[in-house]
Amino acid sequence: MTRPVPPALVHGRRLPNTWDVAAMALVFALLIGVAHVAQGTMAPLARMKSGHIHLNPAWLPGYALRTTLRMFAALLVSLGFTFTVATLAAKSRRAAIIIIPILDILQSIPILGFISFTVLFFLHLFPGQELGAELAVVFVIFTSQAWNMAFSFYQSLTTEPADLVEACRSFGLTPWQRFWRLDVPFAVPGLVWNTMLSMSGGWFFVVASEAITVGHTTFTLPGIGSYVAVALQHRDFAAIVYALLAMLVVILLYDQLLFRPLVAWSGKFRFETVPSAGETEPWVLRLLRRTFLLRAAGDWLSDQFAHVVRLRLGRADRKFGSAGLDRATGRISDAAFYAVVIIAAGAAAAQVVEFCARTMYWSDLAQCVVLAFYTLARVIAALVISCVIWVPVGVWVGFRPWATRLVQPAAQFLAAFPANLVFPVVVAGIVHFRLAPNIWLTPLMILGTQWYVLFNVVAGAAALPGDLKEAASNFRLSGLLWWRRLIIPGILPYFVTGALTATGAAWNASIVAEVASWGHTTLVARGLGAYIAQATMAGNTSRIVLGVAVMAAFVLGFNRLVWRPLYAYASRRTNFG
Amino acid sequence: MDQQTAPGILLDVRNCRQSYPKEANSELVVLDDVNVTLREGEIVGLLGRSGSGKSTLLRIIAGLLRPTRGDVSWKGAPVRGPVRGVAMVFQSFALFPWLTVQENVELGLEAQGVARREREERAEEAIDLIGLGGYDGAYPKELSGGMRQRVGLARALVTHPDLLLMDEPFSALDVLTAETLRTDLIDLWSEGKLPVKSILIVTHNIEEAVLMCDRILVFSSDPGRVAHELRVPFPHPRNRLDPAFRKMVDDIYAVMTRRKSPADLKAEAAHPATGFATPLHPIGTNLMSGLMETLAAPPYDGRADLPALASVLQYEADELLPLGETLQLLRFAELEDGDIRLTEQGRTFVNADTEERKKIFAAAALANVKLVAAIRQVIDERWNHRASAVRFRDELEDHMSPERAEETLRTAISWGRYAEIYSYDEEAQQFSLEDIEEE
Repeated sequence: MTRPVPPALVHGRRLPNTWDVAAMALVFALLIGVAHVAQGTMAPLARMKSGHIHLNPAWLPGYALRTTLRMFAALLVSLGFTFTVATLAAKSRRAAIIIIPILDILQSIPILGFISFTVLFFLHLFPGQELGAELAVVFVIFTSQAWNMAFSFYQSLTTEPADLVEACRSFGLTPWQRFWRLDVPFAVPGLVWNTMLSMSGGWFFVVASEAITVGHTTFTLPGIGSYVAVALQHRDFAAIVYALLAMLVVILLYDQLLFRPLVAWSGKFRFETVPSAGETEPWVLRLLRRTFLLRAAGDWLSDQFAHVVRLRLGRADRKFGSAGLDRATGRISDAAFYAVVIIAAGAAAAQVVEFCARTMYWSDLAQCVVLAFYTLARVIAALVISCVIWVPVGVWVGFRPWATRLVQPAAQFLAAFPANLVFPVVVAGIVHFRLAPNIWLTPLMILGTQWYVLFNVVAGAAALPGDLKEAASNFRLSGLLWWRRLIIPGILPYFVTGALTATGAAWNASIVAEVASWGHTTLVARGLGAYIAQATMAGNTSRIVLGVAVMAAFVLGFNRLVWRPLYAYASRRTNFG
Repeated sequence: MDQQTAPGILLDVRNCRQSYPKEANSELVVLDDVNVTLREGEIVGLLGRSGSGKSTLLRIIAGLLRPTRGDVSWKGAPVRGPVRGVAMVFQSFALFPWLTVQENVELGLEAQGVARREREERAEEAIDLIGLGGYDGAYPKELSGGMRQRVGLARALVTHPDLLLMDEPFSALDVLTAETLRTDLIDLWSEGKLPVKSILIVTHNIEEAVLMCDRILVFSSDPGRVAHELRVPFPHPRNRLDPAFRKMVDDIYAVMTRRKSPADLKAEAAHPATGFATPLHPIGTNLMSGLMETLAAPPYDGRADLPALASVLQYEADELLPLGETLQLLRFAELEDGDIRLTEQGRTFVNADTEERKKIFAAAALANVKLVAAIRQVIDERWNHRASAVRFRDELEDHMSPERAEETLRTAISWGRYAEIYSYDEEAQQFSLEDIEEE
């Protein structure tokens, strides 16, 4: 199986270019704009009655359902975004030049830092209604999912096999037909994989965003996340355990009913010419395929779908390919387009500068950068610890097919489980034993994402060619040499993939992990995450924007300066054959 | 089969030129002044070496590519894009792996908006005609290569095109499978069962062209031109062992291995840059040694007929051409009239041991391959004895397509490494003299 590569490892350059700068200006101007609108709405906020959360476990199934529905609503929006924006970027060279860097920056922005703004923004749109809050939560999940899905789709669209594209053109398929016959099917394996990663990450954010405190107002939407938040305030340990159990059940259902069947089904769209050796069919898919009634229903559905797909919407491309087409007019509209982008970016940059000049000092920036280094140290420490634990375990497991079959699904399951639900338990422990929060809050950051390291290492070790292992034992490679010559080079691309995902999420998690409370006791670790969290609680717009910008810069820099070169190096070295 | 008596002209290509702009006024010419006319009822072959632009011409004819200059007309009307009535069969089959055989075959009909009932009927018809009955529900990856190309054929035929374009349709198949498909296709054609009026086949396989086509256009390379046009007079089914058939294959060989005329050579001398940017075939040194050893040994004793040698070595007849040309470039052998002859230098190489062979090869490469000599010269001139590969790639790309530039550079790297002329660091993309023993 060819493994999907995270977009952050593929796209863009190491050094930012003009378009990156323009994209950055646009993104931050937008964020500031949103924050600006949001700030004006502090007053009507108070009027909104937030739903009351019952700690009685009988309410939990209902809460769990609502949380799940939010997830799926966001997923639909993300898919819509993916299909439109990524297609636009792939079909228009001009659009791509600005959309791609924007997506790259957006996916490095710590979403949690902006929850308060987005919530306020949507409340402003629907004053006094719960709908606004619902939309806000959906939007937060959307922002955690959409970018890498769009990237993955864009990546597929730009790497379509030339012969299939020519076949589509020479048979005269309309754009609509081509979209469903070539574009989407070719993208399915990567898209499903990225959607699953997104969904797994999404649970974390849905839980975090259901109960938000902005300024002096806390408002809650019925759901598992708000249930936990209320339980925390009441120091109700039993309720937290109930919530954990409910979440376990939800993730288990999601994993069994959706994740596994989808991944197995997407195998059909893998672009390969040899049938892959027997992978087990998930029971849900088996049920769908073997049960007469379900199969009949499925056939009917796919018939209807095929009917829609065959619609001859749009005109078939009966023109030549774009080789050397109308250079003069192309150049003029190019110039016009670039001018518009540059003017927009310039205006955006002016707004950002003006905003910063009005509300901030250089000392703020310096403070942020120092704090960012604290958090960076914490991220690295957490990563190192999880590597020391999981790399040997992963290699051990990957070398044993039976263990791989057991561990892989478990690791994927654990990665989907929102770790922030477990935070209170750990925090209670820290409070109880009076441990130093600066050190002991660190592991929380990587609690939920360490599993990415594990299952990527397992996959890497399992994919190591058997003859290499045999050669290694034939030449009696052992100990350090065995690691250095066989294992580390062999699993490096997989490891980088896992570590990139883990660290990206760890930065995000720092916002909830560096400040944790248990009843009325609040633990604070020194770091950028805590800075952003406290600014959010204080409703200090400029500090939030600054903190988020610095964190985004650190994430982006880390990806480009560490992971991307490392990945390029690793995949060059381990290109078997 | 003699339908040419009432010639309806399907396609007309006039003064077609295809070039890609390069920096500073230079351009890469792929096709130059090509004229082709296709009539109803004939199978025409475009025969040429890889890089002769014949696939480009096919795409121009299909309306997938706009020619830089010249006119293409289809049934009298100018071609402005993908043409209705032209269907294409791809070298790589180009099947959609997520569609079943039947869905793949129906694709062209779906695009035309044919109603479901008729679509299914016609697909069934095409599937049966091409011998795929029973495979309707299978996915391409469950099929062998031969079966996949049959799907490709059925998919093209189902639209009842006037012209069937085939881009090296059998070159991805093994020899026996390819032969079966060829004869099946010719049988259907002879019996008038194919719902097409004319077929155009692009191939680099001389025997395939002589076996299938009524007319063959032989392309010369760099830039692609129609060098010869031959009519194949034999009736179907044709016998490969027929002396007249063999004679024709040999003749075409001779045409394709003919030395460049003095005029061509003079034209090349006027552009010294072309020497540096001569495209190199990606031929390994082991392959060269192997061929030279075979040639030196009995029964050849230094001289062999290329088609005969190819069949003994189980090569496709024309696969030896790049190899022969490479030996000629290095002055280890000479090509003349379809024969290959080992030179004195070639014999010395064969008789030498491993270390000596490297020295002989190094001398030959430095003397005859301008690119290798240039790389070494640059390394020698630099104070740190290092040279970046990027500049050579850039310079090559001024004269050829990026793919060929990469291929040429790779070949120069591999030859230089073997002959210990220079070494190459993949990570840094740098040439150097590390690990090279200096005498």
